[in-house]
Parts: sequence; C-alpha cells; structure tokens
Amino acid sequence: MNLDNAFGIHAKAMSLRTHRAEVLATNIANAETPNYLAKDFDFNAVLQSAAEGRSAMQSTNSNHIQTGDSELMGQDLMYRLPEQPSIDGNTVELQTERAEFTKNAMQYQASVRFLNGKVSGLITAIRGE
Amino acid sequence: MSLLNVFNISGSAMNAQSVRLNVTASNMANADAISSSIDQTYKARHPVFETVLEDLSFDNTGPAGGVRVAGIVESQVPASQEYQPGNPLADEEGYIYRPNVNIIEEMANMIAASRNYQTNVEMVNTSKQMLTETLGIGR
Repeated sequence: MNLDNAFGIHAKAMSLRTHRAEVLATNIANAETPNYLAKDFDFNAVLQSAAEGRSAMQSTNSNHIQTGDSELMGQDLMYRLPEQPSIDGNTVELQTERAEFTKNAMQYQASVRFLNGKVSGLITAIRGE
Repeated sequence: MSLLNVFNISGSAMNAQSVRLNVTASNMANADAISSSIDQTYKARHPVFETVLEDLSFDNTGPAGGVRVAGIVESQVPASQEYQPGNPLADEEGYIYRPNVNIIEEMANMIAASRNYQTNVEMVNTSKQMLTETLGIGR
C-alpha cells in the first residue's frame, strides 16, 4: 500500500479545487474590468480524467504545440455564459461567482475532512492502540 | 501553492478598487471648485481597469490573475459655464466655470467600489480559512 492509494482521489481533488478557487478569484477581481470574460472549467470532467489515470499530453520538445492546460488534464478553461450580458462586454456576474467560490471552498473543506479521517485512521493503525 | 495566488489576485482587486475610491473622493471634493477659466476647471477623473495578462503563457494556463489600473482618464464633458458677475472668481465677461463632476454618478461609483472591495475581502477570508484547515491535516 502506498500513500497515494491511501488518500485516494482527495489529493487530486484538492489541488483542482485550489486551481478553481484561483480561476473564480480572478473572475471576481475583474468584476468591473471592461471586456473581461468570466472563465471556469468543468470540475467533474477534469476530476474524472484524473481518476481514470489519464494525463495531459506530454511535450518532449519546446516546439510541440501545447494542448490545453496541463493542470486541467488537457482540458481548457471555458467562458461562462452570462445570464444578463452587460454593455461593457464584461460577463462576470458577481452573485454567480461568489456562490461558486463558496461552494468550491466548502467542497475543498469536505475533502480536507476526508483526508483528516484517513490520516487519523492511519495513525490509529500505526500505533495499534 | 495555488491558494496563495488567491491572496494576490484579490489583493490586486482591493488595490484597484481603493484607487477608484480615492479618485471618486477627489471628484466629490472638487465638485464645487469653481474657477475663472475653462482650462483651470477641475475635470472629473475615472480609473480604467484592465486584467493582468503578463503571466499568461502560450498554452493559456488559466488565470493570469488580478486586475490593475491601466490609467486614469479625465472626463471630456465640457465644464458648465455660469453667469455670476458678482462672484470674485468671475472672468471679465462675468462667467464662472463649474467642474464636470456628476455627483450622482460618483455616488454610484463609490458604492460599487466599496461593495467590490468587500467581496474581495471575503474571498481572502475564505481562502485563509481553507489554508488554515489544510495546515491542520493530521493534527
């Protein structure tokens, strides 16, 4: 048994959650920047490809064309479709972004709790008390 | 660490919004600063925001992050002329000039800036909480 198996998908999920927090923070930071387009990625799809052990295409030469985001397992950031497009070309909707950010933070904390449970389980096993 | 980037991104937004608040305060303070020539009259200023794109690599790796003030532009609305021959600042023809500051617009700007600032403070707080929980794994 190695530690990667012990912690399961949570380690990858947490790193993806932090990446998503960053993307959403950028959206909120640019809530009033003209012509800024809100971005996000499909968390489930990316996590699924991580779970299936797929990885982004490797580039062994600097001339190779990069395929998407390496952290997103080769998938790209996508533009969010605004419910109410604004006249300055900005597609950030603060309420949506905040809701998503909070949701993302809660799910991150859920992963942290699961990891904590795994760690304390391991510690109990090691001590054998 | 990705989460620490949230601090930078939200920090840049807080910085940009505080510049906006400062400019708005300056506009409001000078809203009634009349003068005797159209060139010397205070002109309303507004910051222009732009996304920081420097770190955006070739493969479009996610958020370059943050926002910055690209510049502060002066409003091109002409200053209003008013006939007040009794005013000590009036020119030879008896006119004074009022700044082109629109107080209502400035109030709206002020509220928007402070709300946006608050949102970014909350983002920093949430991220801090996430980090603290992570640091506590295995305790």
